[in-house]
Amino acid sequence: MMSSLDRKLLRELWSLKAQVLAIALVIASGTALLIMALTTIEALEETTAAYYERTRFADVFAQAKRVPEHLGRDIAEIPGVRLAETRIVEGAILDMPGFAEPVVAQLLSLPERGPELLNTLVIRSGRLVDPTRPDEVVVSEPFAEAHRLKPGDTFAAVLRGRKRALHVVGTALSPEFVYAIAPGGLMPDDERFGILWMGHDALAAAFDLKASFNSVSLSLLPGTDEKDVIQRLDGLLAPFGGVGAYGRADQTSNWFLESEIAQQKNMSRIMPTIFLAVAAFLTNMVMARLIETERREIGLLKAFGYGNLAIGWHYAKMVLVIGTVGVLIGSLLGAWLGHWNTELYTKFYRFPFLLYRPGPAGFVIAGAISLGAALAGSLATVRRAVRLAPAEAMLPPSPPIYRRSWASQTALAGALDEPSRMILRRIVRWPVRAFLASLGLAMSMAVLIMALQWVDAIDSLAETAFERGQHQDATVAFNDLQPVDTVTDFANLPGVLSAEPYRHASARISHGHIVERQGIIGVPAGAVLSPVFDVERGVVEVPSGGVMISRKLAELLNARAGDTVTVELLEGRQARLTLPVAQIFETYLGTPAYMDMAALNRIAGDGRVVSGLHIRVDARSRRNLLEKLKDVPNIASVLFRQAAIDTFYKTMGETIFIFIGFFVAFSVTLSVGVTYNSIRIALSERARELATLRVLGFSRWEISYILLGEAGILTWIAIPLGAAIGYGLAWYMTSAFETELYRVPLVLRDATYGKAALIALTATLICAAIVRRRLDRLDLIAVLKTRE
Amino acid sequence: MENKASAIALEAHELTKIYRMGAVEVHALRGVDVEFREGELVVLLGPSGSGKSTLLNILGGLDTPTRGTVMFRGQPVRMDSERALNLYRRDHVGFVFQFYNLIPSLTARENVSLVTEIARNPMSPDEALSIVGLGDRIDHFPAQLSGGEQQRVAIARAIAKRPDLLLCDEPTGALDSKTGILVLEAILTINRELGTTTALITHNAVIAEIANRVLYFADGRIVETRQNAVQRVPGELAW
Repeated sequence: MMSSLDRKLLRELWSLKAQVLAIALVIASGTALLIMALTTIEALEETTAAYYERTRFADVFAQAKRVPEHLGRDIAEIPGVRLAETRIVEGAILDMPGFAEPVVAQLLSLPERGPELLNTLVIRSGRLVDPTRPDEVVVSEPFAEAHRLKPGDTFAAVLRGRKRALHVVGTALSPEFVYAIAPGGLMPDDERFGILWMGHDALAAAFDLKASFNSVSLSLLPGTDEKDVIQRLDGLLAPFGGVGAYGRADQTSNWFLESEIAQQKNMSRIMPTIFLAVAAFLTNMVMARLIETERREIGLLKAFGYGNLAIGWHYAKMVLVIGTVGVLIGSLLGAWLGHWNTELYTKFYRFPFLLYRPGPAGFVIAGAISLGAALAGSLATVRRAVRLAPAEAMLPPSPPIYRRSWASQTALAGALDEPSRMILRRIVRWPVRAFLASLGLAMSMAVLIMALQWVDAIDSLAETAFERGQHQDATVAFNDLQPVDTVTDFANLPGVLSAEPYRHASARISHGHIVERQGIIGVPAGAVLSPVFDVERGVVEVPSGGVMISRKLAELLNARAGDTVTVELLEGRQARLTLPVAQIFETYLGTPAYMDMAALNRIAGDGRVVSGLHIRVDARSRRNLLEKLKDVPNIASVLFRQAAIDTFYKTMGETIFIFIGFFVAFSVTLSVGVTYNSIRIALSERARELATLRVLGFSRWEISYILLGEAGILTWIAIPLGAAIGYGLAWYMTSAFETELYRVPLVLRDATYGKAALIALTATLICAAIVRRRLDRLDLIAVLKTRE
Repeated sequence: MENKASAIALEAHELTKIYRMGAVEVHALRGVDVEFREGELVVLLGPSGSGKSTLLNILGGLDTPTRGTVMFRGQPVRMDSERALNLYRRDHVGFVFQFYNLIPSLTARENVSLVTEIARNPMSPDEALSIVGLGDRIDHFPAQLSGGEQQRVAIARAIAKRPDLLLCDEPTGALDSKTGILVLEAILTINRELGTTTALITHNAVIAEIANRVLYFADGRIVETRQNAVQRVPGELAW
């Protein structure tokens, strides 16, 4: 049998349902975001781990020029190695039907006999290649989708300068290309970069690598020292043009994947935490005011002999019910969003399956924080209410003492009408309450600004990286180092306006005990197309001696300008020398290191060579040039700046912008929840007063003005306050949000403040309109007859 | 029904209550001595602000005096203990207020059971409601009841726990005379049938006719005490 007190609770919750829902939605917003973020990460990590395990993703990878087959046995005998698989990895340029630009492909060999030992393919359609048919290929599924390829299709490819037709027999996914990124690229571009798998013998024949291999993957026994294996492997491969083995952590796809997960973690820690804190503050505030209106009931219950504990528990239950509704909505929504978000990521990251099995941790954390905040907010008020003697609590609070302030003596005040004076006096009389109500709105606007800031930041990042920092139309990378004369050959191609070389060298940079595998880019003196670009100082000339490193790399290495670092080149004669850090510069993307190109060539000892070229293209002859590039031998890749910008935005659109979208939606919920409750509670507090005014002859609009005018003024106060807090939150987030992949600049456009302010104002207007309808139904007689 | 030999149920000595309102001190009670005998019906009469409600609130444990003591059945009521006051109210006192103070979200029966649920030896809500003549309105919400009916629910709520003291603060203040008489009849019934010591505040002198004894208040003091030779029944009253 339900007690009368519980029945009272349920009926009151029901009659307050709009307010209950509004508070519950505020709680739900914070909860849902946290759960979405936590479960997405959990799912991504679990899916990655399961995928890697099922497909036996290798632990160590190495490339070389040409290694005799028999060395494979020596590699397999390195202590700690469980399995070793040798293969051929080469690049090719594809001519895809109906696609103007040359497409870059990476070709990998499949074992001639038996299944792959490591990095096994997950066949998505068709079959693996038949070893007896050298023109058969399996293509990566995302590439196949981008070009609508299916088993049975054919396309042309230039393999080592020879054009061939390749037949698609299947599509597949590989753990090595979860994040399929072209060498030198920043984001996956499935139209312009594809992975092809061919039979080992077919590839060996095409690239003149019979009885040889140029790539090896290893899996290690548990407890093996990876560094030791890498060192021994480097020793074995060095005579055959090895370019430095690396562990799973440095494998491109995995590095990006791990970085993205780290970034997600970062984001999920910062944004929902701020969001939940704001939601908690708002819940606290709203619940406190709601219970303030229950003062008379509390006095009455005390008069009947209910104890403080019983009364406290009664209101705690009220809060718990509201909080639980919020947490439940939030959990369901969060779990659904988490699943949806993870699905989105698995499409982007190309997993063949998705494990979304969120553990209880996220739900428990989010639920406990939300409920705790709601309880804390209301119990403080209940405590205050039960402290009053019941006789006092049951009286309507004695009329507050208003005073004529100095301001009311001024001429301006004389011009005010009485209703406006009522509004202003109320605000002046309860400045703390007015401030808190404003602060609540300001907080919801601030999180909105923080979320919208991302759009500004990413725009600014793209603009800095791609527009102000780079001026080339395309970047051509060669398979091997080319003599510097190649620049002239290219510059003379029809349609090429100018060409600027660069040199890239794989390297390990160390400072003290810290080692970072980081390629060094050689930039020619006076570079124009792709110079070193500092986000604040603009173009920076590369000093002729020493190495220039980005601020993030300097941090990773714990190095300062003027320190000396050890640079170990992983190609050519594997030079190892110490160089001064000539300068540190700031960039938003990656952790690059630069040197003067001539100086880099000197220490590498390869003569005057280039790895590739940046070119500017005449738009009118672009098509011709692209056709020509498809046939030029020795090109490993062609990257287009415009395509890079497009994929950047597309990727952002598929990931971060969606995340931001949720934040915006939830911020709006927050805003509506707070505003509605503030106005609604103000109405309960003042119903008697307003009804009296109606009896005195005030019109509905006039009393609406008295009630809503206050909300209006508080909203106006909230806007600059929200802008300031929003800036603070954005600053905090950008400074806390920093990964090796990218940093986010603190950029806030005026329009962003404007949008946030507009949303806050709209929320106030909508809530005011809803509450106003209640004012029309104010029962004058009833309100005056009984004490509210 | 008065009984000269009956014991003293409630007594107060030297009760003083000073409210501080900003810089101003308001002396609501200035050293009041009073006693109520078991089963007695006492009416407290006086203009607003004369201290009637303050006295009633202190006697009922709703408020605490600045100075002075209250004894219930020979035992001092501990004014310094919130818990003791709460138990005193819960076990011994029933209140009726001028503005009914019903919980709008609960029906008549539920408003009564709000109290019976925590009482030690209550009557059933239905019984309490039928004593006040509302046996047929038990499932109505306050908004569906007239003012007199609401006040009778409030009385039922106050007496359902079989209190030793029934304290009524202007129970008819918000009612017309016909309804007021019904309410007074309900109070009188309880006083007689259950022998509940009853104190009733009013500033309507006519109502004083139903009491055993009338206390006249002015400026925080009892200025006159009158013993009614004859108790009139509410039905004979008119105002």
